[in-house]
Formats: sequence, structure tokens, C-alpha cells
Amino acid sequence: MPEISEIAKGVLAGDKRSIAKAITIAENSPEEAQSLIATIYPHTGKAHIIGLTGPGGAGKSTLIEKMVREYRRRGKTVGVIAVDPTSPYTGGAFLGDRIRMQELTTDNGVFIRSMATRNNPGGIAKATKDAVKILDASGKDVIIVETVGAGQSEVEIIKVAQTIIVIHAPGLGDEIQAIKAGIMEIADIFVVNKADRENADKTVMDIQAMLQLDNKEKAWTPPIIKTVALTGEGVPQLIEKIEEHWRYLQKGALHKRSLEKAEAELVEAIKEKVTSSIIEKLKREKRFEEILRRIVEREIDPASAAEKLLNQILE
Amino acid sequence: MQSGRKIRVLIAKPGLDSHDRGAKVVARALRDAGMEVIYTGLRQTPEQIVETALQEDVDVIGLSILSGAHMALFPRIMELLKEKGLTDVLVFAGGIIPEEDIPELKKMGIKEVFGPGTSTETIIKYVLENAPKRK
Amino acid sequence: MFDRQKIEEIAKERERWEKSTLPNWIKQCPERQKEFKNHSGMTIKGLYTPEDIKDMDYMRDLGFPGEYPFTRGLHATMYRGRLWTMRMFAGYGTAEDTNKRFKYLLSEGETGLSTAFDYPTIMGYDSDHPMARGEVGVCGVAISSLQDMEVLFDGIPLDKVTTSMTINGPASVLLAMYIAVGDKQGVPREKLGGTTQNDNLKEFFAQKLCIFPPQPSLKLSVDIIEYCARYLPKWNPISISGYHIREAGATAVQELAFTLYDGIAYVEETLKRGLKVDDFAPRLSFFFASHNDFFEEIAKFRAARRLWARIMKERFHAKNPRSMWMRMHVQTSGCTLTAQQPLNNIVRTTIQALAAVLGGTQSLHTNSFDEALCLPTEESVRVALRTQQIIAYESGVANTVDPLAGSYYVEALTNEMEEKAMEYIQKIDDMGGVIPAIEKGFFQKEIADSAYRYQREIDEKKRILVGVNEYTIEGEEIPVKLLRVDPSVEKKQIERLQKLRRERDNRKVKEVLEKLHYAAEKDENLMPTIIEAVKAYATLGEIMDVLRKVYGEYKELIII
Repeated sequence: MPEISEIAKGVLAGDKRSIAKAITIAENSPEEAQSLIATIYPHTGKAHIIGLTGPGGAGKSTLIEKMVREYRRRGKTVGVIAVDPTSPYTGGAFLGDRIRMQELTTDNGVFIRSMATRNNPGGIAKATKDAVKILDASGKDVIIVETVGAGQSEVEIIKVAQTIIVIHAPGLGDEIQAIKAGIMEIADIFVVNKADRENADKTVMDIQAMLQLDNKEKAWTPPIIKTVALTGEGVPQLIEKIEEHWRYLQKGALHKRSLEKAEAELVEAIKEKVTSSIIEKLKREKRFEEILRRIVEREIDPASAAEKLLNQILE
Repeated sequence: MQSGRKIRVLIAKPGLDSHDRGAKVVARALRDAGMEVIYTGLRQTPEQIVETALQEDVDVIGLSILSGAHMALFPRIMELLKEKGLTDVLVFAGGIIPEEDIPELKKMGIKEVFGPGTSTETIIKYVLENAPKRK
Repeated sequence: MFDRQKIEEIAKERERWEKSTLPNWIKQCPERQKEFKNHSGMTIKGLYTPEDIKDMDYMRDLGFPGEYPFTRGLHATMYRGRLWTMRMFAGYGTAEDTNKRFKYLLSEGETGLSTAFDYPTIMGYDSDHPMARGEVGVCGVAISSLQDMEVLFDGIPLDKVTTSMTINGPASVLLAMYIAVGDKQGVPREKLGGTTQNDNLKEFFAQKLCIFPPQPSLKLSVDIIEYCARYLPKWNPISISGYHIREAGATAVQELAFTLYDGIAYVEETLKRGLKVDDFAPRLSFFFASHNDFFEEIAKFRAARRLWARIMKERFHAKNPRSMWMRMHVQTSGCTLTAQQPLNNIVRTTIQALAAVLGGTQSLHTNSFDEALCLPTEESVRVALRTQQIIAYESGVANTVDPLAGSYYVEALTNEMEEKAMEYIQKIDDMGGVIPAIEKGFFQKEIADSAYRYQREIDEKKRILVGVNEYTIEGEEIPVKLLRVDPSVEKKQIERLQKLRRERDNRKVKEVLEKLHYAAEKDENLMPTIIEAVKAYATLGEIMDVLRKVYGEYKELIII
């Protein structure tokens, strides 16, 4: 296995094998990932990160394929990360999103990677963020992250994006209301795909109604774009809107969001490091089991135990 | 906090062969055995298969073919894998592949060929035992 | 069908038997399984009696052969008048190779031709297309132009044979070529007899040879139905297929239901074009598999006939009895054949063929025993043909119509098949029809689940496959001779194609392809223009490329 520094060098040079290996490291080895990310981090921050989520059957993968083609036509390079759920029973995952994008596989300006949630919401969110950084550092102009909008962890994943697109389609049996709250609120653009269907306009109206209920003052009003992903209809307009959002973000909102993201990541990183180092220390000093026993036997409650421990350690 | 490392398998259907029942059953069985399975659908070119294996950093590739075109397609796949530096990936094949072709396929680097009637258990066991052990 | 009082008496006696004779016997000899189920999920009882069919009405549910509801057969005398057509699926290598195999089979006694095309042809690619590399002539005959078609039928008079062509997306092109060959031979078009499979709907969830998205694919299928209704009265424009659905892993009930539903979709779509149902329905035909569960298959065939007749009468108000005919071709199952101890496959094929005959099929293909290893050799395909001939001439089953009618088991099973198929049909109706169901992945999920369940049963030895998971031979050596396709076939085809492209009138080709593009965009029936194109020696790939441009290409929905 090549050295981390070799891989990092490869990532910065845009070498696909290195990018692939780097993402694997991000998924599996936190220590090596940290060292890798540290090396490439100064080269990130250039890409436009787009999140795309929505119910199964809405046509996400088909739409992404058309979006990537449109970006390629405009001379941009694209990275795609497709996230699929891991089976809670078997621990395995079926990663089938690339099927719709397979013709793009041999385009040198496109990199597609499938990732499984591995039943670890915190883990996949971090791994996805790292994968995005890797693709960013490798020089991709646009990075698209795709998830199925089915759970709370998907909301976490999609927050890595600067422009969040929520896609829906008529006749899926999912009422608009069923789209997870949390996703509706952070959407920057709505897409109604399969717009050639009869009830497409009703879906548009349902989304408009939902948006009107939200009476927060918004500087950016999320537009609703109609597309027919199968034929590509509406996709150039969608890309235009995404570019428009990008320009809007540059005026100040991007910086604000970047600060918020940096804070969230920093806090998460501190939490992770503090927690693991404390637990390690306790286990090393063989105090861990003792504390657990006391909690179970109701001698002390967990919050008080934590406070006590922290006070002891911080002395 | 990390989850255990998973074996990543690419199940691929090279060429125009459209029989995907076996490939899909194997994909599902491997998923149910805890692996991450990437299936790219029908009609993949050797170039698409190898590029996918590279981008997805897979540990294993399973090639499924029932059309008789394996002697034309597999050499190209193995050649490309070598070119791209993916020589540590475990490659196995399945489908309708005459016994007499197997020695040559093995020489090319295809480690095992599973004929009709192979149980999914056998394939799962084989992959678990032979997938490259990576850190 | 039975006297109510007699049924009650039998019921009483049966209860007595179940309380005394049966348990005494089971004590000495327990049953081999806790329960017996067929793969469709139906529980098979130990014994069937008149009670199991007590609500049947002979005239309503069975009737006489040649009369509604046709359960007992489409024709009054069935095989006493005319045996089923022995139609062996054949094709490999170049048109010359397959022409030779056609003539061999005809000389050995087959009574109809059936053409297997290679993968490039099936997917609408010429033999010199990059996607065709390594596949030319390997599992069927390579046909890239009318020139190849002329060679394929050289010396075969099209007014003396009927030909089935297993082709779907490019069916219009192959049919156009067949018509052109007929024209050249001087055979009037009204005399051309045969079948184009042309069932694009099942491609989306079974055979997977889809080229275009669902709507245009359906349009192309109906183009052929419409064209044949007007100009080719002896041609079966479509073979609505369950074979591939079954081979992909579906159960017998699913095969029956999904096939019939596809049929419903084709009828509805054709009616939208303004034709009356009796104008085209008599020429619709069907294609089923025959698997190992002998009685399940027989019940399936009989239920299919009755169910289709009822659908045509009640749902579509057909008046002509021929519109209610379910004319079927059956192929014995390929996926049940084993690579291990291949001679055993002769036995499997025999059981499956017998079921098809007892089920009343019009036409039959029997697989060769080396099917799980390669394409059939002359010797193995001859044995397969002989299987049909032995059934026809030596077994006696063809000497009376529908011999199993009245069997308590077979009739009960036929009824249950029909019931369960109707449940599926209702479900698909509720989903809005076949295309919404395809998009939702409904068929794909049902089939994937059945396929997976089947494999689990074999892995867990709940289902025995002789020679594979039981009665195996350690270190078996397969002694059979294999058919290998000569790799020079690809080279020959490419040269031939390049010569054709040089020597034809390319201006004319360009003109007619533009005409085709225009006609496709205007949503016209494309058959006439395609016939013009093939006569100008436009190639299959060139014609399909025009359609690909207009309709787009399809990427399947994967459900494992």
C-alpha cells in the first residue's frame, strides 16, 4: 500500500487511482485519513458542491447523468458521490446508482464513487465530507453528492453541499409532506422530474404551498424547476439556476455558511478526539468497567459520572 | 468512530449478453453476506469495467457471461487491469464457460471459474477467503 | 359437475379415511416432507377428490375443444388432425452456416423454422460495430443486411415453410428483410407465414434486450401488429412471451399473469390506433416455457387458454371466436438443464415436452442436452427433435384430445392457477397498467425475489437438482463434444459488410434513412419505410441508429 504522502500527491495531480485509494482511506482508517486530509486541505475550497436528494424513483441518477453531461459540455470537470444505505441486518450494501451513469465512466473529466452508509450516520457523514475534500483537492470544478432522502443521516450528509437540490416526481405515492422535514428547509432548489406526466403541475403546486407555509424571511427564494431527465429537458435551465445560486452565495452567504460548516466540523472533531482519548485512557487505567458497573447499579447517573471524570482528568 | 472495513465487489456483465439472473442472485447473496456490491448493469465494455473497478477501489471483480464471447472479452479486461495497476484485485468468473477454456483463463489471471450449478455458499466462501487482505 | 348429495357422501367418507386409514399408514411410513408446495407457492395435497372441483361446471369451465372457453383445446380434434409444429430454434455463425442447419433440421423432420440471431443483431448493431467485437455469430446467426437474409433462406421457398424469428427491438427490420426475400422469390405477401417475437414489453423486466424506452418500444411492436393486420394476414406479428419471464426466475403463476398482462397491454395499444379487436386479435400468439413440475405446467397451459379467452370476450368484447384463441409456442426450459451429467437433460426435456403436449401447445421446441455447455451440435439437436417425434408417434398421448381433463388434481390446479393469475392482473390494473408497473420495478422485484428464493432452496437442499446438489459425481469429466463457433466468422462478416457498403447506391441509402428519420419523428407506422430501406441495402445498424437518435436509448432499472 503506497505511502499516504504518495497518495496525497497523486490526488493533487488528479490521478484517479490515488483519488480512489484516498476515498477508501477516508472510509476505513481515521488516522491515515487525518494525515491525508491535512496534506490536501490547503488545496480545497474551490469546487462547487451540490447535494441532490429525494425519494427513490424520482429519477436522481438519471438527472445527475444529464447534469454531468451538461457540465462537461461547458468544460467543467465533475465528481459524483452516490450514497446508498447499508442493510441493517446483513451489514452489506447494494450500490447501484452508477448504472445510470456508466457511459460517463470512461470520460476522464468525471469521477464517480459509490459509498455505503455502513449503519453509522456520523461515520458516513464524515467520510462523505472527506471524499468531497479529496475530489475538491483533485481539481474537480463541480462535486455532486447524491443520497436517498430517507433518513436523518441523509440530512447530515447533504449538508456538506453548498447548493442543495431536492427532487420529487409526480405519482410516487410519497406526498410532499413525507419528504423529511429538515430537508425541505435546507433546500435551495426544487426539481420536479418526470414533468411530462399529467400530475406534474400538482406536484409543483404542492411544493409552492409548502414553501408559502414557511414564513421566514429568505434572501434566496428556492425556485422550482421542471425537468424530464430521460430526455434532458429542463436540465440546462437547472444548471443555470445552480450557477445563479453560486453567484448569490459568492455575495456573502457562502462565507457565512463556510464559517458555520467549519464550526460544525471543528466541534465534531473536538468531540471525537476528546471522547476517544478519554475512553482510551479509562480503558488503559482499567477504570472503564468500574464506572459502567456503578451506572448500571444506579450508584451514579451517566451525566454526573461524565462530569466527575472530566473534572478528574482536567485537574 | 469507524465501522469495520467491508469487502467491495464489482459484479460485471461484459459484452452484449443479457442474461442477468445469475449476476443478480450472486450480487444479492454477497450483499447478504455483508459485502458492498457494485453492479453496473448489462452491456459493459472492458474499458467501463476496469475504470469502474479503479474508481470504486474494489477488492474483487466477478465477471458473468453466458454468451460464449468470454475468450474475446476477458483477455482485454485482464490486459486493462494490468495497465491500470489493478493487479491485486481478485478476479473470478461465472456463467457458461466450457471446462476446456478454464486453464487459459486462469493463465490470464482469472483465479476461479464458477460453472452452472455452483451454490451461492461456495462463491461467498471463496470471496471471503480469497479477497485481498488490505489494511 | 357433480351431484351435491354424492359430494357430501364422498366428503363424509374422506373424513373417515383421514381419521383412520391415512394416519395408520403415516405411522408406518411418514411423508417425505412436512408439506409439499410447488414453486408458485401452492400447497399440494396428498389426495384430490371430486370435492376439490365440486363447483366446476363442465360447459362453463371446460367446454368442448374448438369452442369457448377453449380450456380443452383450440381445435376440435387437436393432434388427431394435425400434430403440433416441431419448430427447433436454430442459428449460429454466418447465414450460410445457419442455412445449412435449417436444411438439416427440415430433412430430419422438423415442420417449422425458428431463427436465433446473434447478440449484435438482436441489439441492432452491425457485425462491424465496436460493441459486436467477440460476439458475431456466437449465439445466433449474424444478419446485418438484406444480403445476409437472402443467403439465410437460399433454397428455402417461403411459401412452403413458416418461419419464427426471435427478434424484438429490431423486429421491424428483420420482418422487412423477410418480406423483401419473399418478394424476390415471387411469393405473394399474403402467403408469407411465420412469427416475429416482437414483444418489447417483456424486455424491460425479463430478457433485457431493450434498446429504446418503454413508450417507443411499445409503438414499434404495435406498428408491426397494425401492418400485418392489413397486409400480412398469415403472419403472427407478435409472440407475447412468458418464456423469458420464467427463465429470469419467475414462478409459473407470475409467468402466466405477466404474459397475459402484456397481452392486455398490446391489445389496448392496438385498439388506440383505431383497429377493431377482431381485426388483429386472431393473429396474436404466445410463447411459454415448460419446466419440470409436470402437472403445474399442464395446469398453467390450460389456465392460460381459458383465461385469455375470458379476457378477450369480457374485457375486450371480441366477437370472432378466433380472437379468443390463445395460440401458443412452448420451449422446454433452458435454465433447468445442468452442466453436470448432461445426458440427464434428455430426461428433463422429455418430461417438459410431454407437459407441453398434454397442455395442448400448437408448436414446440425441445432443448438439446448440451444446452448448459454451448450451442447444440447436430447430434444433440437431433435427439431433441426425436424426443418430440417419439412423443408424437410412440406414446399415444396425441391420440385423444386433452386426456387429463377431469383429473381432480389437474382441474383443481388449473382453477387455482387462473385465480392466482387474476390476482396479479388486478394488482397491475390497480398500478395503472404495465408501463407504470415497469417503472415502479414491480415485475423486476417479483422476479428477483423468486429467483433468489429458488437459489436459496437449492443451496439449502430444500430443492433437489439431480447431479448438482445430490447424486453428484466427484471430479466429473464432461465427455460431450462441444460446438465452437469459428472466430473467422467475425472477420468474414466484417469484410462482407464493407464490400456491401462500397457497392450499393449510397445516395439512395442516405435518402431513405432521412425519410425514415422524418417518419419516426412524425410518429407514422414505420414498416413501409423500413421495407424500402432494407431493399436499398441499408444495414440493420444504420436503420436502428436512426431510431436510436429519435427515441433515445434505455437504461434499465435494476432490482436484485
